[in-house]
Amino acid sequence: MKMRWLLPLGIFVVLLVFLAMGLTRDPREVPSPLIGKAAPAFELAQLHAPDKKLGTADMRGKVWLLNVWASWCESCRTEHPLLLQLAKANIVPIVGLDYKDKPEEGKAWLAQRGDPYRMSVVDLDGRVGIDWGVYGVPETFVIDKNGVIRYKQIGPVTVDALQQTILPLVRELQRS
Amino acid sequence: MIPEVGQFALILALFVTLVQGTVPLVGAARNNVRLMSVAVPAARLQFVLVGLAFACLAWSFATSDFSVANVALHSNSRLPLHYRVAATWGSHEGSLLLWVLMLAGWGFAVTLFSRNLPAALRARVLAVMGLVAIGFLLFLLATSNPFERAIPAPAEGADLNPLLQDPGMVVHPPMLYMGYVGFSVAFAFAIAALLGGRLDATWARWSRPWTTVAWCFLTCGIMLGSVWAYYELGWGGWWFWDPVENASFMPWLTGTALIHSLAVTEKRGTFRSWTVLLAIVAFSLSLLGTFLVRSGVLTSVHAFATDPTRGIFILVFLAIVIGGSLALYAVRANAVGGGAGFGAVSRESLLLANNVLLIVAMASVLLGTIYPLIVAATGGTISVGAPYFNLVFPILMAPLVFLMGVGPLASWRDAPVPALWTRLRWALAVAIVTAALLPFVMGTWMPLVAVGLFLALWVVAATFVTARQRFAGMPQRGWRARMTANSPAWYGMLVAHLGVAIFIVGVTLVRGYEVEQDVRLEPGQSVAVGGYTFTFRGIAERAGPNYDALAGTFDVHHGDRIDRTLHPEKRTYRASGQVMTEAAISPGLFGDHYVSLGEPVSEAGAAGAWSVRIYVKPFVDWIWGGFFVMALGGLLAVTDRRYRVALRPRESAAALPAAAD
Repeated sequence: MKMRWLLPLGIFVVLLVFLAMGLTRDPREVPSPLIGKAAPAFELAQLHAPDKKLGTADMRGKVWLLNVWASWCESCRTEHPLLLQLAKANIVPIVGLDYKDKPEEGKAWLAQRGDPYRMSVVDLDGRVGIDWGVYGVPETFVIDKNGVIRYKQIGPVTVDALQQTILPLVRELQRS
Repeated sequence: MIPEVGQFALILALFVTLVQGTVPLVGAARNNVRLMSVAVPAARLQFVLVGLAFACLAWSFATSDFSVANVALHSNSRLPLHYRVAATWGSHEGSLLLWVLMLAGWGFAVTLFSRNLPAALRARVLAVMGLVAIGFLLFLLATSNPFERAIPAPAEGADLNPLLQDPGMVVHPPMLYMGYVGFSVAFAFAIAALLGGRLDATWARWSRPWTTVAWCFLTCGIMLGSVWAYYELGWGGWWFWDPVENASFMPWLTGTALIHSLAVTEKRGTFRSWTVLLAIVAFSLSLLGTFLVRSGVLTSVHAFATDPTRGIFILVFLAIVIGGSLALYAVRANAVGGGAGFGAVSRESLLLANNVLLIVAMASVLLGTIYPLIVAATGGTISVGAPYFNLVFPILMAPLVFLMGVGPLASWRDAPVPALWTRLRWALAVAIVTAALLPFVMGTWMPLVAVGLFLALWVVAATFVTARQRFAGMPQRGWRARMTANSPAWYGMLVAHLGVAIFIVGVTLVRGYEVEQDVRLEPGQSVAVGGYTFTFRGIAERAGPNYDALAGTFDVHHGDRIDRTLHPEKRTYRASGQVMTEAAISPGLFGDHYVSLGEPVSEAGAAGAWSVRIYVKPFVDWIWGGFFVMALGGLLAVTDRRYRVALRPRESAAALPAAAD
C-alpha cells in the first residue's frame, strides 16, 4: 500500500474533524460571548458622508439596533423588507454597518432597495466586524441605553425573531 | 391508519436492506450463487416497500390528514392539490423519504438492466446500494419520522412555505435528488470493483450510462433550481453561491470529471484508480451536501428546521460510508492498477487536465462553502461571499473551456501539436475576430464580454472543425450514411459541448448588458429601460386559492406598439401572513423583461405610487438553455447501442487486453 492511496482518506478525516467542530458550535444556538458585555467601541466613517464619523458613543442613552450587512450578501435581501417595515414603524433606530463592502456598491444597494437605517457606517477592512464577533452576514445586535449588547441575531432577521424576541426586548429596555 | 401502514412499510424496508446489504456480499466472497441471487429480489422488494411508504405520506398530504404532524406543519387544506402533493417533499422528513425512494428506485433500475453483468459484480453493486439505504432508513426512522402523529389533530395546517408554492418546487427537488442519488450507482460499481479487484474497460462501459444518466438529472435539477430562484426570489439573479447550491454543484463538477475519466478508462484502460476515486468522491459529495443542508452547520436560505441529533447521526454515517470507502480504496487501489502510458499532448493528457481543473474547481467551491466552519474552529470569524467565487471560478473555468475545443480533435496516446495547430488555427482566428467585434453590435465594448464570447465562439468553431474533420475522413458515401455511421455518444459529446457555449453566451451577456432600475411610478407614468418603455397602468386586487394579491399592470412598449403586458404581484398568504413578491417575467430568445413590485410609496397606499424594480436581461434564458442542451447531449450519449449490446462473458474477458494495447 503506497502512501498516495491514503491521501484521499487523510483529507476526508481532516474535513470530518472540522465538520464535527462545526456541529458543536451551531452558530444559531450558541449565544455570543459578547452578550451582557459592553459593545466594542467603534468610530467609523458614515456611508453617505465619508467625512463625518459615527461611533458607539453617539448612541449612548438610546436603545438601538446594529445591523451588519453588505451588498454582496444574499441573505441580507431576505431580511431587508422586514427592516424597512421596522424602520417605518419608528420603534427603534437601526444603525447599518456595511461590512467589507465597497461604499459605492453599498450606497447603490440602499438606493435601489430602500434605506432602513437611521445612520450607516462602513467597515471597509472588517476590523469592527471582528471586534463584534461577526460570524457571517447578516447579523443584528440589540444594544441598550448603557451601551451593553443584549441580544444577537445571526442570519437574517425573521418575523418570528422580531415579534417574539427583538421587539419585546427593545420595549423592555426602552422602559427601564 | 394509512400513516401507520407507511411507517410499517419503512420498518420492513429496513429489514430488507439489512439482508440486501450483507447476504449477497458474503455470496460474492464465497462464490455462492444462491446467496448472491438474494440481491435482486431484495432490491425490488425494498423499492416496493419504500414506494408504499412514500405513497402513504403523499396520500396523507393529498387528503390533508392534519393528525400527521408533518402534514399539519407543511400543508393547508386550501393549498391546491398539486402543491399538497409536492409538499410531501417540502419538509425535512419528506425530502429524506424522497431521497430513500430515489435510492430504492435506482436499485430497482439496476436489477432491470444488469442481466448481462457477472453475477458477483451485480450482487456486490446491489449490496452496496443496500448498505447505503440502511443508513438512510435508520436516519429516517430514528430521527426524522415523517409519519409521527400529532393528536389531537389541529383543525388547519400551518401551510407550505410560500417560497415553495411554485411549479418549480414540484419538479426541482425530484430531479436534483435523482441526480444526487444516481451517483450511488457509480459509487456502488466502484466499491464492487475494489472488492472484486477487477476493473477493466468493460467495467467502465457498464458504469458509464449510469453515471451519465445521473449527471443529466443533476444538470436538469440544478437548472430548475436556478430558474426557480430567478423568478421566485424576485432578485433577478440566477445563482447565489448559497451553501446548498454549492452542495449540488460540487457533485456536478465531480460527476463531469467522472464522465470524462470513464471515457478514458473505457477507451484506453487507463486512469483506473483515479476513476474509482472520482466515483467515490462524487457520491460522497452528494452525502456531504445532505449533511450540510440537514445538520444546520451552515446557515442558508434553504435551511430546514435543524436538530443537533440529526447532525451527529449524519456525521457518523458520513464517517462510516465515506471513510470506509476511502479506506477500502487505500487498501485496494493498487490492485485495480493504472494502465497504458500516453504522450505529453494527447487526448489522455487533455482529459487529465480537464479532470484536474474540474477537481480544483470543486475543491475551491468546497473550501468556500466550509471556510466559515474552518475559521470558526480556529477561533476567528470570517464569511465568504459571492465575491470569492466570482473571482476564483472564471479563472479556473476559462482554461477548461479552451481545452474543450482541443480535446475532441486530439488523438489518443499522442497528438502532435503542429497538426492540432493546423486544424484549429482558423477556428481560433474566427473566434477571436468575432468575439472582438460582437460587443460593438451589443452597444458597448467590454473586455470581459469579449473574453466570454471568445470562449463560447471558440467551442462552437472547434466543435464545427471536429465534426467536419470526422465527416471528411469517412468512407461512407452520402451524408445520410455518414450521419448514421457515427455513434450517438459522439454526437452527445458535441451537443453537450455546444451547451456549454450557449451557457457562456448567456452568462457573459447578462453580466455585461443587463439593465436594472428601481423607480417610483404613479399609475399612468412611464419609464424607459434598455430601449423599452414600461407604463404602469395601476393596481388591482385579486384573490388566489390561499392568498390575496395586489396585481399590477404594466404595458411594455417597443417603439410605438404595445409589445406585451406584465402582471407582477404582491401576495399575502392567509395562513402564515407571509408576503411574497411574484415577479412578472416575459421571456424571450434575446432577453427577458422582468418587473417586480416593491412597496407603495405615497400617502394614497396601494392606489398611489409604487416603487418598482425593472430589469431588462439580455440572453438570460441562454443560461438555462445551455444547461438543457448539456443534459440533452448526455441523454443522446446514453442511447448508444454499445451500452445495450449483450455482453457475453467471453467478450468481456477479452476486452481487457484489447483496451490496453
